[in-house]
Amino acid sequence: MSVRRLAEKQPDSFAFTAENLAWAKRQMEKYPPGRQQSAVISLLWRAQDQCGGWLPQKAIEAVADLLGMAKIRVLEVATFYTMFNLAPVGKYHVQFCGTTPCLLRGADGLKKVLHRLIGEENEVTGDGKLSWVEVECLGACVNAPMVQINADYYEDLTPETLTQIINDLSNGKTPKPGPQVDRLNSAPAGGLTTLAEKA
Amino acid sequence: MLTDKDRIFRNLYGQHDWGLEGARARGAWDGTKDILARGRDALVNECKASGQRGRGGAGFPTGLKWSFMPKEVQQGRPHYLVVNADESEPGTCKDREIMRHDPHLLIEGCLIAGCAMAAKHCYIYIRGEFIRERERLQAAIDQAYEAKLIGKNNIHGFDFDIVLHHGAGAYICGEETALLESLEGKKGQPRLKPPFPANMGLYGSPTTVNNVETIAQVPDIMRRGSAWFAGIGRKNNTGTKLFCISGHVERPCNVEEEMGIPLRELIERHAGGVRGGWDNLLAVIPGGSSMPMIPAGADQADTLLMDFDGCVAKKSAFGTAAVIVMDKSTDIVRAMARISYFYRHESCGQCTPCREGMGWMWRVLERMAEGRAQKREIDMLFEVTKQIEGHTICAFGDGAAWPVQGLLRHFRPEIERRIDQYTANPHPEPVSVAAE
Repeated sequence: MSVRRLAEKQPDSFAFTAENLAWAKRQMEKYPPGRQQSAVISLLWRAQDQCGGWLPQKAIEAVADLLGMAKIRVLEVATFYTMFNLAPVGKYHVQFCGTTPCLLRGADGLKKVLHRLIGEENEVTGDGKLSWVEVECLGACVNAPMVQINADYYEDLTPETLTQIINDLSNGKTPKPGPQVDRLNSAPAGGLTTLAEKA
Repeated sequence: MLTDKDRIFRNLYGQHDWGLEGARARGAWDGTKDILARGRDALVNECKASGQRGRGGAGFPTGLKWSFMPKEVQQGRPHYLVVNADESEPGTCKDREIMRHDPHLLIEGCLIAGCAMAAKHCYIYIRGEFIRERERLQAAIDQAYEAKLIGKNNIHGFDFDIVLHHGAGAYICGEETALLESLEGKKGQPRLKPPFPANMGLYGSPTTVNNVETIAQVPDIMRRGSAWFAGIGRKNNTGTKLFCISGHVERPCNVEEEMGIPLRELIERHAGGVRGGWDNLLAVIPGGSSMPMIPAGADQADTLLMDFDGCVAKKSAFGTAAVIVMDKSTDIVRAMARISYFYRHESCGQCTPCREGMGWMWRVLERMAEGRAQKREIDMLFEVTKQIEGHTICAFGDGAAWPVQGLLRHFRPEIERRIDQYTANPHPEPVSVAAE
């Protein structure tokens, strides 16, 4: 069980933008009448996006008010699900998979790169651009080792390719997501063994 | 050997169009109306006859599960179909391929399965990390609504709504009742069963939870017939399956093969073989990290048949068919300690044996990986796994205890060797012992 606490330094207020508020209302309508609580994860997620990648206490409370939930219930959700960042993260937040299938394929080497280029886990670089955290299995095990940076997966990494990706990001370039070796998604490298004929 | 024409997921690698047109070209949405017209009982019986067992890990017969839903829909208690797309088991990455490359198979399967249990509402619960996959699946759902394949007054004459719902990073939400809790907007902590979801599931209504792969296979089973599906594989282990081959192989990959394929053939044909040759194999985890490992050897991994019964015969389980291969260079104790760390991190904290036991097992295994332990702690560790197994609300405790038991069963001499090696050298700190 992971123990998670709210950040010590918190902003004074939070309000959804008009656009996000309208979006939130649409999410709530997806569920049966009286069950709008089901939208709590997607609303917290949107609040996190609006705050630049992390979830302040005031945002959690605002979601509670919007959904008519007790604040403690929303706080429980925010602390239970580990994709909610309770403290600020970098503009590019690297989620590094360290679980056994990635470990077997050399995730240790990637961790050293992250230490060297970004610094300690959960710390944001001085320019606010980068941060990293070790997470559990991201479900791309045949493309191990891999990291997730914001919404995208970067797969089949080596320390060299990861270094390149992080340098590109900090220089404002957008590296291509997906496998970083010559390979089609999760197909075996070096040629298909099935599904080779035209569909 | 399975030929391409018998494969269900013909766009597994995303070479072709994922959209509606591409899916139609591959045969999806063909004659769906006639399939639905067969009626509820016929659909359930067809699924039963195919012998399909759930692809999410437990291997429960799908048709039987559907038949547990009430015969009549009561006023105010609509039936729900919930699709478990919270794929998080280490080693497993098959549902992701379905959702991003062949989403229409899943959507059509939802409609058919919904009809088979009189459910007009479906929720697909996808893990939070799959952001691109969620966008793709949502785009496919929008296409299906647009083409009036689903929704109110659709061309199939069975009103059916699909809502895509996402999580936010919690492995335990793959457990079906934790998933329902999460879907209701709570912490994902599993519910005590009974009542089972078929009686009291989402919002207190009858609910069936099925895995993505299970549902995505349904349209082909209905179109080609149960006899076709039952003709592939072995008795009680029928059909095709997506295998995820990861770890120390030359070319890790996902592949669809027939059930019961020998492990060695699977790895050598599709993944380029074990790194350094078959003789370099140390052990294999056959079905995702929760399953006990099977070591190399003539009566072990060499003769393992990859299906439910084949894995049970080697004292393991088929799980999600996520094959994690470990060659002789592997630090096996550390690899298992990392799996224990995973479970420590992901325990929901509800049951004491699990919440406390996970951290305990991880700390002891970390010391054992260095050899900084006492030999009597090996038995103690085994005893603790037995105290966790079967003493928790959900199967998470079992799934975390089994890999450790597998390690102790097959690699006890290795742990003892490390302890001997450590104690043979002088150390300033005394070796600590776990509290009993």
